[in-house]
Amino acid sequence: MTKLSFPFTEEKIRALHVGNEVLISGVIHTGRDAVHKYLHEGGQLPPGVSFRDGILYHCGPVVMKQEDGSWKATAAGPTTSIREEPYQWQVIRDFGLRGVIGKGGMGEKTLAACREYGCVYLHAIGGAAQVLAERIQRVRNVYLIEKFGAPEAIWEFEVEDFPAVVTMDAHGKSLHAEILASSKAALAARL
Amino acid sequence: MANLFMSQLQDSLVELIRRTSAEIPDDVHQAILTSLENEKQGTIAANAFKIIDQNIALARQKSQPICQDTGSILFYVDGPIGYDQVTFAETAREAVTLATKKGFLRQNSVDSLTGKNDGTNVGPGAPAFHFHQHRSPEISVRLVLKGGGCENVGAQYSLPDDTLQANRDLDGCRKAILDAVLQAQGKGCGPGILGVCIGGDRATGYELSKTQFLRRLEDRNPEPKLDALEQDILKTANELGIGPMGFGGKTTLLGVKICTANRVPASYFVSISYMCWAYRRQGVTLDGQEQIKGWLY
Repeated sequence: MTKLSFPFTEEKIRALHVGNEVLISGVIHTGRDAVHKYLHEGGQLPPGVSFRDGILYHCGPVVMKQEDGSWKATAAGPTTSIREEPYQWQVIRDFGLRGVIGKGGMGEKTLAACREYGCVYLHAIGGAAQVLAERIQRVRNVYLIEKFGAPEAIWEFEVEDFPAVVTMDAHGKSLHAEILASSKAALAARL
Repeated sequence: MANLFMSQLQDSLVELIRRTSAEIPDDVHQAILTSLENEKQGTIAANAFKIIDQNIALARQKSQPICQDTGSILFYVDGPIGYDQVTFAETAREAVTLATKKGFLRQNSVDSLTGKNDGTNVGPGAPAFHFHQHRSPEISVRLVLKGGGCENVGAQYSLPDDTLQANRDLDGCRKAILDAVLQAQGKGCGPGILGVCIGGDRATGYELSKTQFLRRLEDRNPEPKLDALEQDILKTANELGIGPMGFGGKTTLLGVKICTANRVPASYFVSISYMCWAYRRQGVTLDGQEQIKGWLY
């Protein structure tokens, strides 16, 4: 297990390789379908939000308002990342992201952006909403909730030892491309 | 249904929703534990299964959603002739809204035209109801919560398919189903469970494919040809090395369930629904006062 803490500098990110299991600590933001489309169409991040040397989590959490007015994430696993493939490279380039957490992997455009700008794809366990919500120490803020609704808003989380696996690194390697090729060959031999 | 029992029905349905969202059925949990034992210790596949197993325990203990995507809400209701479906549906919509307020369901229903999410989980087509009448007095309500990640990797093939060299026979069906597994990779939160319908039209094919998720994992298809196909696809898919989350590994599928429906001569559809490992399916029988009499899974 490799510990990965904020700020997620280019040096730390380029030291990671496919297959590394990491525990992430620090501030991360969520952003999914609506946020990617919005940024792609020229939308600006709200004041106070920066993705610079940051990690974006493809997640639409269940977040409950507490009696004291604070928020608590009660279920927060990853959503399928491939839907952001048309936009992700641009968000990495323009907003300085160093990591993307999601599930299912992404395609060639994102992989190329990871190599060029120094970013990694971190695969969390899909469906593990409780284990992952437990690693969210605090919900620091929420942005664009009125515009996009709770699952699609930008949530600012403080996480500790959030587990993920590097499946696409900054060196052009993708576990997803490898498994697709090997499983395709295995299937061809069985038809 | 007398109005007298509506509040009782609402309580029963909220409890059904809570348990479906937070507690994985025993047959699914058992299959996950077996898969964990089969993976080589120390691999990322084995570690993925460990996190999955921890998650199952934690969700049950906290009464919180196993997965934050609490999915499409699918009710399957079997009742006697004369059972009041209108009142049932009204009460179930209220129960869904209440369960959402309690955090058993995410605010998960979006107006497709305006993009608005009003936070109730109720709207056109949501939740979905499938009512069936029968001649016995028993009332049963089954609930499936199906997340969007696995729904998105569902696929419908129209045979013959030249690219796959899939003809209108069971071997052609096999090729189509295995192609769907290959295309899904880890994107549907595998290891998955397939529900398949051979035949039907485009709508009924998908609808019937989902009814296969009401079957227990360990059951066997009474039709020998379909049983053989189910076993063959399970074995073959697990030889592809896709593994949990697409990380590589020995378990790509936990189960395969296949049914058939008649088709018109011009059509031959194979409709495949993919269920994630977070297979949320539960059911209850209700007594005459709409109280929960027993659990079905």
